[in-house]
Formats: sequence, structure tokens, C-alpha cells
Amino acid sequence: MIKSFKNNIKGILIEGLTLSSAVVIIAIVVVMITVIVVGGKDQISWEFLTSFPKDGMTKGGIFPAIYGTALLVIIMSVAAVPFGTITAIYLTEYAKENSLIAKTIRFAVRTLAVIPSIIYGLFGLGFFIKFVGTQMDNTFLGGQLKWGQPNILWASLTMALLTLPVVIVSVEEALKTVPQDLRAASLALGATKWQTIWKVVIPGSISGIMTGTILAVSRGAGEVAPILFTGVAYYVATLPASFSDQFMVLGYHIYVMSTQSANVDQTMPIQFGTTLVLLALTFILNISAIILRYRIRQKKSN
Amino acid sequence: MTKDQKKKKKSEPTTATLIDITQKKFRWSDYIAEKVIKGVAFLSITIIVLIFIFVFRESLPIFASQKASIQAKAIDSTAEVQETYGEVTDQPAVEETQETYGEVKDTASQSSTDKESYNVSAGSGFDDNQSALKTILTKDWVPVSEKPRYGILSLIIGTFKITIISLLFAAPLAILAALYTASFASKRMKEIIKPTIELLAGFPSVVIGFFALMVLATFLQNVFHYDTRLNSFVGGIAMGIAAIPIIFTITEDALTAVPKSFYEASLALGASKWQTAFFVILPAATPGIFAAVLLGIGRVFGETMIALMATGNAAQMGLNPFESVRTLAATIGAEMAEVVFGDTHYNVLFLIGSLLFIFTFVINAIAEFYVKGKLMKKIQGK
Repeated sequence: MIKSFKNNIKGILIEGLTLSSAVVIIAIVVVMITVIVVGGKDQISWEFLTSFPKDGMTKGGIFPAIYGTALLVIIMSVAAVPFGTITAIYLTEYAKENSLIAKTIRFAVRTLAVIPSIIYGLFGLGFFIKFVGTQMDNTFLGGQLKWGQPNILWASLTMALLTLPVVIVSVEEALKTVPQDLRAASLALGATKWQTIWKVVIPGSISGIMTGTILAVSRGAGEVAPILFTGVAYYVATLPASFSDQFMVLGYHIYVMSTQSANVDQTMPIQFGTTLVLLALTFILNISAIILRYRIRQKKSN
Repeated sequence: MTKDQKKKKKSEPTTATLIDITQKKFRWSDYIAEKVIKGVAFLSITIIVLIFIFVFRESLPIFASQKASIQAKAIDSTAEVQETYGEVTDQPAVEETQETYGEVKDTASQSSTDKESYNVSAGSGFDDNQSALKTILTKDWVPVSEKPRYGILSLIIGTFKITIISLLFAAPLAILAALYTASFASKRMKEIIKPTIELLAGFPSVVIGFFALMVLATFLQNVFHYDTRLNSFVGGIAMGIAAIPIIFTITEDALTAVPKSFYEASLALGASKWQTAFFVILPAATPGIFAAVLLGIGRVFGETMIALMATGNAAQMGLNPFESVRTLAATIGAEMAEVVFGDTHYNVLFLIGSLLFIFTFVINAIAEFYVKGKLMKKIQGK
């Protein structure tokens, strides 16, 4: 009896310990959100969202940063989503589960997912700007410097590489939820494999492709390290009009304003406001992705 | 994950036979589609290779110039000290490939007499490139000065310091929380914990960095009363917050992948719920937890924005956690924008990048193969 009583106490303690760890994590998240919302909510106004910075960035809004972020994620998605989807299709539809090729690709995808984002920045600089960009300048513009320097195209493509694994993993998960019966039925009706994929498998997993895109966009909107030296600028007076322009981004705005601005205290409200905008943006995207994925999983279990 | 794979395995043969039937007739559209899809799928492998090549390529000039300078010295010293080398060095004057120079260097550096002249010339001729590699294993990181020194030791130590602090903070929290979610939590609690973790995973690192810089640093300073406001402790905690979702998710996956029969057998033998969780489920999932911690290390190791914002960024060697540190990734992030393309400093930053890349690649490979090898065997009961 006594032993079991002791055991009970131990059990309660251990369960309590694990529970408190979970609670601590939740508390951290809640505190972070609360602090940022409380600090930034007074700053949010229509004017803040739609006007340019003024007076040496100490006043005014963050419109160019919002615009730059939007443009960045759009170009990035255009590059990353098709390639990611096709890779996922290859992995689920064509490659044999345990073949060496499939294994290698999966390993490569997971490696891409864990490579530090700053390495992508270095790669963007070394490959896109110094190699591709300089080559383009030499062949098309006779050495005139246009593409061989940081701009929004190179930044977006760098970001696309970073978000590629996110797309691949989500789409693959969705493709697996399309029942084998549907594929078999389509093939039995005389459709070719490609027709089956195009007409049956892809429409059946469109929500998964959307989830992947949303997650990629949310990741791309928040990352700063890969674009530090591939295209982002502290301040540009005009909105980017072509692929070869530099641009502003919310995340970089936060970083620069909070560490390198001349008067950190004075711009504190702007910093909190910008952080709140970025956080709200990634939250909305993430929550919709979570809901979409939850639905996919429900469909799968049915 | 494993469930999916199992399902897949079961259903694989049926589709395979169906495909064979339909593909009897050769169709160009299908053929092209398959080839294109296959080609695109190889993109991810290509990217990895390209990243390695291009990041490493930009750091190569250091080694090249180092080689050249040592060769020069080797020639000098051989001319002074030994005549036998003289024959070799004569030939290159006409025209000889660099490889023979390299051989000369190797043999020359083995002789002790040569080392002396090496040191002498190090003091006298201070070519920028030549000094780079020589200073790289020292502790002084002073890239912008008359006599630039690129000692990355303090950066490496700083990075490891931060990694250890953040793991000490994040790993226990995340693993215990995962154990709670997998073994004790009610369905309702799970529905609170899991989305919260997913939200945390979606936090941009610059937001966590901002939080650490503005709020956490002040709070921790008030609690612990140390001098430097931004230090490796603050940075470590902030990076730990960023690493929690990774460690939690993978640990939880590993815990739920433990077969139900383990759980049932343990309960049937009279063990209580917590005993089962602690002495059966947790040990069975050890490889997965190990992998989770490794990937957490990888995440922290390469984290840039939090390091830039919350660690103080002073390259110091000390082991005191309340000192400012500078990590490898932060150094790249802070200095790359201001550096001259093709400069030695630029090359050294790329060298640091290559180190980071190799480190995370190896960590990921270990996590991957260790888990695949061990966990699978364990679950299959061998």
C-alpha cells in the first residue's frame, strides 16, 4: 500500500513536471504575443499602413516595407510553388518508395530545410548576383552593371530556394491523401498516367498545394537573413518598379530600426507597430494553413 | 510519418500493376511529362550541390593565395638552406604547374629548418591574403584594421556557448512537453498545445530577436543583475525559444511512433501510466529524441537574426554566460554588406559560411541516418 502511495506521489509529480513544461511554453508564446500587441496596437492606423517613412525614418508609415514584402513573396511563390509541387508529384507518383533516387531526393529536401538561412544569403550573393547576374550583364549589357548587384529578383529567388522544402513537404502530404482507388479508377477508364495526375490527383490535392503555398509565404515574409545582402535596402524613396530595383521589407525594417537607428527610443512605437504588423501577417497565414491542414487530415482519416 | 509509409507500401503493388497495363501503348505526352517531372525533382539535389560549390568557391582565394605565399617562402628557404631543393625550384621558373610547387611546400614544411624561415617571413612581409589563413586559428577577430586578423576561434567558441545555453533551456522544456502531449494530455489539451507550438514555429526569427532585445534583455537583467545588457545568456534563451518547436515536434513524432503494444504490455505488467511513459515510451524513442536535439542544435547554430539582435556581438573568448558574444552566422550577417567584393575579408566570411554549411549538413545526416537506422530497428523489435 505504502509503495503504491509513494508511486502515486511520484506519478503526480512527474506528470506535473511535464505539464508545467507545456504550460511554460504556452506562457512564453502568450507573453510574446501580448507584449507585442500591447506595444504596437496604438501605432496601427490606416495612415501608418499606407504612408511612407518621414523625417529620417523617425515618423510616418511603413507602406514601402509592406509593399516590398508582398512583392517578394509573390515572386517567390511563382518560383517555388510549381517546382515544389512537381518534386512532390515525382516523389509520390513516379519514384518507387525505397529507390535510391527517391531516398536521395528526400534527403536533399530535408537538408535544404535545415541549412541556415544565412547560407542561402551567401549562395544568393555568390550564385545569383556574382555568377548569373554578372554573366547577364556581360553578355546582354556589355558589362554595364544592372543585374550583377542586389535586387528584388535575386532576393525572391533566394527566398524561393529556402521555401522550396516547405512546399514539397506539404504537397507530398496532400498527394498521399488522394485515395488510390481514384487513381486506379482513372487508369481503368483508359486515362494515361499523366492524365490521371493532371485531372485527378492534382485537383484532389489542391488544398494541400494551397497549404504549402501559405506556409511558404509566411516563412518567406518573416525571414530576413537570406535577403540581407541579396536585395533588401534600409530605405528606398520609391516603390520597386522593376526586377532590378532594391526594396524594403518588414523584417529588415524591424532589425534596422531596433539596432541601427540613430534614436532607438524615439522610434520605439514604430518598431513595435512594424513587429505587430509582421506578426499579424504571419499569424493569419499560419492559422489558415493550420485549419486547411486539419481539414486535409480529417479527410484522410475518413 | 511511418504510418503513411506503411500505407504506401501496402498500396504500392496494386498501382504498379495497373500502370504496367496502361503503359503498353507508348505516348509522347506521358513520356515528356515524366522526364520533365523527373528533371525538376532533381532540382533539390542540384541546389544542394550548387550551394556547396558556390559558397565554397568564394572562399577559395584564401587557400590559393596562402599556397602561393608559402610556395614563395618555400623557394626562398630552400635557396638559403638546402641545395637539393634548389633543383626543383629551378624548373618552375621556366614553366611548371602549381602541383609541383605544392609538393615542394609539403616536403619543405616538414623540415624544421624551414619553419624558422617561415616565422621570419611572417613577421616581415604582411601581405593581406597571406596573413589571413595564418591568423584564422587565433582568437582575434579584427577584420577591419591596418593589420587585419581573422581569428575565428572566438566566434566558434561564442557559437558553441550560445548553442549550449539555448539547448539547456529548450531541450528539457520541449522534450517534457512532448512527453506530456504524447502520454498524459487529454484530447482537449492536445488541441491547445499543438497549435500553439505550430504558431511558435511560425514566429519570424526577427520577431523573437526583437522581443529578446526589447523585453527579455531588460527582464533578465533585472532578475540576474549582470552588467552587459545583451549577452550570450539572453541570446541563448531567445534562440532556445526558436528551437523549441523543432525539438518538440520531432520528439513528439518519435514518442507517438512507439508501437501501442509497448504501452499495452507495460500496463498489463502492472506499471502505472507515468512509469510506462518514463521507463518504456521515453527510452524507446531515444533515437528520435537524439535526432530532435541534433536538429535543434542545427537551428541554433545557424540562427542569424536573433544572434545579431540579442547577443551583443562582441567577439570574446570567456566562458562567462553573461558576456557578450559574437556567433559565426551573426558575423556573416553583420559584415557581408559592408565588405568589398573579392576582398580577403569577403573570402573569410564565405569560409565561415562553408563551415556552417558543412556543420549543419553533417548534423542533419547524423540525425537522419541514426534515426532511420536505430529507431526503425527498435520498433521492429530487433
